[in-house]
Amino acid sequence: MLNALIARHGTWTWGGYVIPVIFGITLLAMWETGERLFEISDVLLPAPSEIAARFWLSRDILWVDFVQTVIKGALSGFVMGCGAAFVLAVVIDRFPFLQKGLLPVGNFVAALPIVGMAPILVMWFGFDWQSKAAVVVVMVFFPMLVNTVQGLQSTDNMQRDLMRTYASSYWQTLLKLRLPAAMPFIFNGLKIASTLALIGAIVAEFFGSPIHGMGFRISTSVGQLALDLVWAEIVVAAIVGSAFYGGIALLERLVTFWHPSQRGRT
Amino acid sequence: MTRSILPVLTVVAAIVVMWYLAAVPMNAQWAYDRAARADVTLSFSDLVADTWSQEKPRLPAPHQVAVEVWQTTVDKKITSKRSLIYHSWITLSATLVGFALGTTLGILLAVGIVYNRVMDMSVMPWVIASQTIPILALAPMIIVVLNAVGISGLLPKAVISMYLSFFPVAVGMVKGLRSPEVMQLDQMHTWHASASQTFWKLRLPASMPYLFTSLKVAMAASLVGAIVGELPTGAIAGLGARLLAGSYYGQTIQIWSALIMAAALAAVMVSLIGLIQRIVLKRMGMAT
Repeated sequence: MLNALIARHGTWTWGGYVIPVIFGITLLAMWETGERLFEISDVLLPAPSEIAARFWLSRDILWVDFVQTVIKGALSGFVMGCGAAFVLAVVIDRFPFLQKGLLPVGNFVAALPIVGMAPILVMWFGFDWQSKAAVVVVMVFFPMLVNTVQGLQSTDNMQRDLMRTYASSYWQTLLKLRLPAAMPFIFNGLKIASTLALIGAIVAEFFGSPIHGMGFRISTSVGQLALDLVWAEIVVAAIVGSAFYGGIALLERLVTFWHPSQRGRT
Repeated sequence: MTRSILPVLTVVAAIVVMWYLAAVPMNAQWAYDRAARADVTLSFSDLVADTWSQEKPRLPAPHQVAVEVWQTTVDKKITSKRSLIYHSWITLSATLVGFALGTTLGILLAVGIVYNRVMDMSVMPWVIASQTIPILALAPMIIVVLNAVGISGLLPKAVISMYLSFFPVAVGMVKGLRSPEVMQLDQMHTWHASASQTFWKLRLPASMPYLFTSLKVAMAASLVGAIVGELPTGAIAGLGARLLAGSYYGQTIQIWSALIMAAALAAVMVSLIGLIQRIVLKRMGMAT
């Protein structure tokens, strides 16, 4: 694995990063100058510099909100939901009947607007982070389940027969062949779940929350027309979202370095 | 297809049974409290009957939701503010406008990315980054801001739907437009095909399966966008408004019926795209 890491670093180029960064800086500069030139009211759209200033001034508020929404709500729900879905996927993988029945239902549920469950779950679990975690669990469960089940099926007969000729038990086949083969699918599910988790935790707070939390702050600050604070929260959300997604993508590279989609990357 | 009907029905039946069973302990407390106040002891059958027929249960039984859906769709006039069809239409119209805008934007972006190297290098990472911003969390702000400029009603919701739906289409179309192999592209070269001919006769047809798969995801996403777009500003109409009003007044049956309606909308729209997909791919000779 270390070898793979080193080999990859050799081909790592800066060009792939410089161009999007320049594009982004240009965009920010245009936003700032546009703001200055046309004197757009802060109620509509604050300038990037004002957002940065607000971000620095209210960093303690942002931190409290971050802990409440991301750590307590999104992350705990993400771990519980993905963990439960993974375990259930391994279980139903043993029963073809369940598989045939649960997969279409799971696919269907994954396409539903599950955020709508938020008011019900807030009613059941109270205003604090437990209800937010519950919303996240429900949201991430089905995408994760469907992906894991599909991944466990992704080995072909030849490979399974080979394991049988080695006289390997069910658990050996699972651990040494089918789980590794399922990893690209599992990571796909985790990536989808990572974006859903943050959204679920924030939206659930619109239906009632204690007096901190990112969703609470966004909805109340909009009411007070304090848009610079709203944008500061958005910056936090964007950073957290990218870091979350990026962390999983990095983990995926380390775990599934053998997969064509990773090897082909330069 | 037909082989999986029995397992699916079994699973669905199991879910309904579990729903009924769960309704008993969930609503039992209220039933006990009321019985204690009236000084009667509840027998088990009374308890079950009560938990399945409360007015504001914590978890309404399936038949209560079914009755509510029936009453608010079939028994009410469509123009009535209490008709679920009226609210569904409000949500659906915003969804469809946002979906159409998002699909157009997604396809245009994908064509630009495939044909222009600078766009590929600069725009693609930002398309991906744009989705790490939880736009649903921004929904209240977008709607308030657009309201301040004097734009209200359908358009702000459609903008949110568009933002959510352009991404799957753009990613899927980039994949699809790049799916022709080098061999096939070389063949177009040997025929001296122009860039536009290669596009219309090879790349675009080859991308169709990818497009339809993305369209299904985009449709589901834009419905979620429209519903969440109705939550803030105490929206008056739409399925999202029904959800919010239901949660304010503890009308759980109303929340569940709005949820069922949203689920039905999603199912109908996605399977409609699936139907179009099958017809189009069959006409193109690509059906599997």
